[in-house]
Amino acid sequence: MTQQAFLNTVMPFKDKVFRLAKRLLISHDEAEDATQELYLKLWKNKNRLAGYKNVESYAMTMIKNYCLDRLKSKQAGNLSLVHSNYKDTNSNLQKQIELQDSIQKIHQFINQLPEQQRMVIQLRDIEDYEFDEIEKMLQMKATAVRVALSRARKTIREKLKKQHAYQLG
Amino acid sequence: MHTNLDNIEKLLNKYLEAKTTLQEEALLKDYFTGDKVAPHLQEYKYMFQYFKASKKESFTPNIRLETKTRKRKWMGIAASFAILASVFIFNKYQSNQATQKAFADTQNALQLIANQMNKGNNAIGQLNTFNETKYKIFK
Repeated sequence: MTQQAFLNTVMPFKDKVFRLAKRLLISHDEAEDATQELYLKLWKNKNRLAGYKNVESYAMTMIKNYCLDRLKSKQAGNLSLVHSNYKDTNSNLQKQIELQDSIQKIHQFINQLPEQQRMVIQLRDIEDYEFDEIEKMLQMKATAVRVALSRARKTIREKLKKQHAYQLG
Repeated sequence: MHTNLDNIEKLLNKYLEAKTTLQEEALLKDYFTGDKVAPHLQEYKYMFQYFKASKKESFTPNIRLETKTRKRKWMGIAASFAILASVFIFNKYQSNQATQKAFADTQNALQLIANQMNKGNNAIGQLNTFNETKYKIFK
């Protein structure tokens, strides 16, 4: 596989890979590093890529595993992740659009969810993947994906409602 | 696409149970990112706007396909070669210097011997003259 052929195969989903990494690692810089790392791994295995039916799905599974490993080793190293303390100054999101307070809150709410729910909501509600694709990417059963997604959606909505009631009261 | 409020509310219930299809979710996204959202459904507006905005975030750096570690390894190899080479060259230079010194010393020594030899030669010359003169007188 030539470098050009490789890039044509893997570049179209670089943003999706990055966004899933960021959903898990929270930090913008770490997500960039993880994405870079993934592309190196894919490049090293470029000769095997042709054998995969769906390289994108394979890449998403790889970035998921990589990020979960990173999170585990962080916990093992007693580096606790306090999500709300992360300053997202690099975020394109914030530069691109002036998000209202409530929308920013959603960012926090989602990032406070358990990892599995975070991934499911990222892949479904943001990236619009079909359920069977999500099952493959996350190596989860169909029902487990739906349960996680339903819980995540309900939790976000409940928190928003509470927030709203608090603001009104 | 006809999307009345009843329909939206039904879809929302399915949505919360994770039973909507992508097509149905697209309808919800359309409705909630528009400006005619029913006031009692405001929280969904924020959610769907957030989802839409999040999809715009992109990975901007250039992708490197060469490993840093591989570069470092080569740098290590290059560095060890440089050290080896400098040790070798230094050694050679030193031994070169030693040879030059030995050469100079030998040259000095030879010069000294030659000088002494010349002195001796002079003496022999004097002796020859003496002999010649002697034969002239005593034939």
